[in-house]
Amino acid sequence: MSTTAPPAPLLPSNAVDSTGPITAADGTPLQTALSRATRKARIRAFLLVAPLLAFVVLTFVAPIGQMLWRSVSNDSFSANMPALTAWFAENEALGSDGGPEGDGIPGEDAFEALATDLKGARENRTAGIVGTRVNYDLSGTRSLFTKSARQARKLEAPFKAALLDVDEDWGDAELWSVMRSASRTYTGDFYLAALDMQRNVDGEIEAVPENRRIYVPLFVRTLWLSALIAGLCLLLAFPVAHLLARLPLRYSNILMIFVLLPFWTSLLVRTTSWMVMLQSQGVVNDLMVAVGIVGDDGRIQMMYNQAGTIIAMTHILLPFMILPLYSVMKTIPHDYVRAARSLGATPSTAFWRIYFPQTVPGIGAGVLLVFILAVGYYITPALVGGSSGQLISNLIAFHMQKSLNWSLAAALAALLLAGVMLLYWLYDRLIGIDNMKFG
Amino acid sequence: MSANAAEVSGSANEPMVRFKNVQKSYDGETLVVKDLNVDIARGEFLTMLGPSGSGKTTSLMMLAGFEPATHGEIILNGRPINDVPPHKRGIGMVFQNYALFPHMTVAENLAFPLQVRKMSKSDAAAKVKRALEMVELPEFGDRRPAQLSGGQQQRVAVARALVFEPDLVLMDEPLGALDKQLREQMQYEIKHIHESLGVTVVYVTHDQSEALTMSDRIAVFNDGVIQQLSSPDTLYEKPDNSFVAQFIGENNRLQGVINEVRGDACVVKLDSGDEVLAEQVVPGGTGTRTTLSIRPERIELDPAPGACPVTIDGKIEELIYLGDHIRVRMNVAGTNEFIVKVRNHTGRKPLAAGQQASVGWDPIDCRALDALT
Ligand SMILES: Nc1ncnc2c1ncn2[C@@H]1O[C@H](COP(=O)(O)OP(=O)(O)OP(=O)(O)O)[C@@H](O)[C@H]1O
Ligand SMILES: [Mg+2]
Repeated sequence: MSTTAPPAPLLPSNAVDSTGPITAADGTPLQTALSRATRKARIRAFLLVAPLLAFVVLTFVAPIGQMLWRSVSNDSFSANMPALTAWFAENEALGSDGGPEGDGIPGEDAFEALATDLKGARENRTAGIVGTRVNYDLSGTRSLFTKSARQARKLEAPFKAALLDVDEDWGDAELWSVMRSASRTYTGDFYLAALDMQRNVDGEIEAVPENRRIYVPLFVRTLWLSALIAGLCLLLAFPVAHLLARLPLRYSNILMIFVLLPFWTSLLVRTTSWMVMLQSQGVVNDLMVAVGIVGDDGRIQMMYNQAGTIIAMTHILLPFMILPLYSVMKTIPHDYVRAARSLGATPSTAFWRIYFPQTVPGIGAGVLLVFILAVGYYITPALVGGSSGQLISNLIAFHMQKSLNWSLAAALAALLLAGVMLLYWLYDRLIGIDNMKFG
Repeated sequence: MSANAAEVSGSANEPMVRFKNVQKSYDGETLVVKDLNVDIARGEFLTMLGPSGSGKTTSLMMLAGFEPATHGEIILNGRPINDVPPHKRGIGMVFQNYALFPHMTVAENLAFPLQVRKMSKSDAAAKVKRALEMVELPEFGDRRPAQLSGGQQQRVAVARALVFEPDLVLMDEPLGALDKQLREQMQYEIKHIHESLGVTVVYVTHDQSEALTMSDRIAVFNDGVIQQLSSPDTLYEKPDNSFVAQFIGENNRLQGVINEVRGDACVVKLDSGDEVLAEQVVPGGTGTRTTLSIRPERIELDPAPGACPVTIDGKIEELIYLGDHIRVRMNVAGTNEFIVKVRNHTGRKPLAAGQQASVGWDPIDCRALDALT
């Protein structure tokens, strides 16, 4: 445009004013017009996803929220022992050195509250619940509660003496410290327990003695075995996926059926068939004895230990590695490797420098998928893992079903979830979630 | 750089590539390439042209080493290469979909062949830079292939195939994915690179105008057999058979029987009864069925009496105005698909559909080829 041009003629009055909001033909602001025009489409889109949204909220967000809630809240003591709970709340300062004698045993008023509550517990039949709760932290105390509750009606002042008469364990300072922490409805103690830590009599956090640590070593074992299983799956799946992607359709379809066959078989059947194969009197050992590789007394123990868990889980999770790898490999045209070869690359250079890097999104997806599935795996380790092949989920199940310590189970599960999310985040930082291809 | 370059310096007369009785079958039942015999001279631009499925890519892949020949020998620089793996053949290749490595930048793509040859970093960088300048993309070294337009990717692919200085480059429909305008520009550029570097190029296309503009020689493939191998003008003006005449450019076909042989010429009695003089190409004496082939631009409409040795009467069916010329569709000798191109000049006679008009030509331009079945 020439700079010497005369001033532009006046714009027609209805022309767009560059400083004001842009308007549509009828004068409404363009933004309003646009959102009005697209509202219907947006409402329809929302209605279409609404069922899924409701389903996800109901089946995913709610249970996980419930679990997280349970891991920090437990009212089995506070709800059933109201008087003593109130007394603990009022006598905040009474710690280890509390009590008239300074021995950590409170005075008569606390025992009176205890006796009141035991009577209530007798009537409501809740002594067992309270005893179970205290028993989490101090084993052997459940019977103390049930026994004392049975005799609660006969208790008369002075209650301290009367209760100590029923069972002298009531004079244990540790018991009182444990009851105090159990009386708090909201507590982080279950997380402490899940990390092999506890509060001592003084209320300070300390690690539990070496020989009682179970959870942290189990977490470590779970992560390590899962990583190992993911690695083994990758090693086995890569060539298979490559072959699947390269074979003519007619053969690759047959091979794909073999890959998917395990999916169509019950998990239990697959796991038990491994038991048949690998146990010390199983097919593989029999074969090796028959061939003479091992003697009859030297049968290899491949079942009911870590080896069993690793072998069976690698097999069961293999399809989850093959499928993402296959879907990525199928999209890599054969021309890339040909181009590399024509440019002078040996077959192995062409593989490592050209083919392999392009499969990384599939590797990332497969490894992450298998790893996360393995971390939470339950049935297979329970059946074939013996004691050395148990994973953290087996312990979670134990607390859900046997010890009924749901809060501890929830805390363990929450820690597992946090760990997996941390890994996911790390993966995102290192490789990028966008780079992932599941299928 | 390539190892082959030094070996061959003494044998400049011998062909660079020789296909000797090469056959190829994928399934053991049908031959996709049937007895291929071609010599490709050093520095030549040879195009393989043919319809889809005629075996062009297969021949190229055998030369590059990605498909084994079922029978016969392929000789490169005097050495049989049937058992030489592709990476030792030192042949550059441009793929139809370019095959640029998506996880590498343009510069890394170009450096790849140099790296695998263990060239020093600085030498490689200099060569990459020169190659990018050659294809007029000096600024694009840091981009990923996905960030380039189709034409730019194509240039990078050409640069990559040439950067390690092979003396033979294969291109399999490298321009197939580009639009018409870009194709024409790239045809020119590839031809220009070929001339300035002096490399031997074997080029595959099924676009005949591309083949005509670029090549020194064209091998016309059909059904696994080379129908004719000659320079573009010979191919166009002196097709050896009906397939080539039909495949390259437009041509009018008239069916008939040879009535009389007069040296290189012959008199053909058309199925409509007219008798015309033609150049005899198809072997055989009197009574041989033949297809006459005449290019539309070699035909004179309403020639002055005595101006053309051959004239036949016809009728104008349709006129198509094309600016520089007018396509006249006529009914001549029993066919109404007879096309005449009339140059659009000021003095031309007015034409109208339905008008009676005669057509005439020089017998030299009318070739009696094998009869179309
Ligand atoms: N890998 C293969 N396996 C089996 N048959 C093949 C294979 N590649 C090509 N063919 C067959 O060989 C014949 C020739 O194929 P080719 O790719 O050489 O044709 P082309 O001349 O390059 O065709 P186009 O112009 O379509 O690329 C075709 O009939 C094709 O179906
Ligand atoms: Mg092809």
